[in-house]
Amino acid sequence: MLLSLRVSGVALTISSVIGIPMGALLGLARFRGRRLSVALVYTGMAFPPVVIGLFVYLMLSRSGVLGSLGLPWLPKLFTPEAMILAQVIIALPLVAGFTMAAVQGVDPALRLQVQALGASRWQTTWAILEEARVGVMAAVVAGFGGIISEVGAVMLVGGNIEGQTRVLTTAIVLETNKGNFGLALALGVVLLSIAFATNFVILHLQGRSFDE
Amino acid sequence: MTALYSLRQVTVRYAARTVLAVDELDILRGEILAVVGPSGAGKSTLLRLLNFLQPPTTGEVYFDDALYSANRTASLAMRRRVTTVFQRPVLLKRTVEANVAYGLRLRGERHGEADIRTTLAAVGLTELAQQPARTLSGGEAQRVALARAMVLRPDALLLDEPTANLDPYNVGLIEQIVAQINCEHGTTMVLVTHNIHQARRLAHRVLFLLEGRAVEIADTHTFFAAPTDPRTSAFVRGEMVY
Repeated sequence: MLLSLRVSGVALTISSVIGIPMGALLGLARFRGRRLSVALVYTGMAFPPVVIGLFVYLMLSRSGVLGSLGLPWLPKLFTPEAMILAQVIIALPLVAGFTMAAVQGVDPALRLQVQALGASRWQTTWAILEEARVGVMAAVVAGFGGIISEVGAVMLVGGNIEGQTRVLTTAIVLETNKGNFGLALALGVVLLSIAFATNFVILHLQGRSFDE
Repeated sequence: MTALYSLRQVTVRYAARTVLAVDELDILRGEILAVVGPSGAGKSTLLRLLNFLQPPTTGEVYFDDALYSANRTASLAMRRRVTTVFQRPVLLKRTVEANVAYGLRLRGERHGEADIRTTLAAVGLTELAQQPARTLSGGEAQRVALARAMVLRPDALLLDEPTANLDPYNVGLIEQIVAQINCEHGTTMVLVTHNIHQARRLAHRVLFLLEGRAVEIADTHTFFAAPTDPRTSAFVRGEMVY
């Protein structure tokens, strides 16, 4: 359970730190290649996680494009770091895409009015993100939902090694295959409880703005 | 009086369309300049230009002798000496007080509580200080917008149809506050309005814009009593359709 939380927690943090500014940029800025970038993000949102797992596997394996380079900072296959990398690739488009939609939903006149009050470019972006905070939190929730329940990619790149890379979802698959339905069901309840508790905390963080 | 703004050979173009073309315009320190004209005359574009939110396509804008042009952007410090109250205020999802404090916070000023309280009192919103701003009526929201601009003590306050669609009570209140700010602080104001009676009540001088060009500028009495351009006369008589 702790490994599930650690892997998904780190992946979600990385995805949010990159994805929220990326979503804000795509939603607010006009630049060459924006349309293509948006299309890539939308494609990423619909990408099957198991294909992402396969892609990461092929990249990181010893004979793979990156694995063969022997870069010391590159995660090794069948480690939690490889699982984190796969989950970041899954969650990042979700966080960026939903953040983009959220900032685009903010009244466009707000931007001009905040600038007229003397906001710098960063302060303007921050003000819009704050106004879109319910949507931005929903983007983070979507990212979390996409990775905490994910099994295909982490199974491929993690290997489901007991005590090392076995997380709740892969443990559920294993126990189901062994016929231990009771244990699998119990693990499922634990997973659901984590998802519920996390979303409850996020809703609490949204606070009063959620009710507006 | 010396000029706070000086516009020289300024044009603003969107694609091939020229929306503003002003050869020469000085806006004097401490005056209220009303800008009138039909819809599409370039009034709001002029305000965006004066707030440094819309660079001129050609020409030069001098603000306190500092140049703003197509090649010279306005510094943040320069931008912060001017602010605008828009026709449709968009308030932040915060309390009324936090909205009024917002511009001060942008400037890193953490202590302005006394100013904020005084400003809220001046616009008659002390009782609503802790209320979420998005729950206010149109008139109250416009007074918050005015308060968040006032509290910054700008050198120039630009007003874009600030009383359009408001009830007579709020119109009177806002006009009274505008006159008071100008009188007490000597704030230079540019008031865009469709309401020529409001221009007559508040302004020291009136500028008539038509199709992006300055047709006539004169002191308020002369503008209404003895306009020199026949188009101004027609506008003042209400004959110009807009």
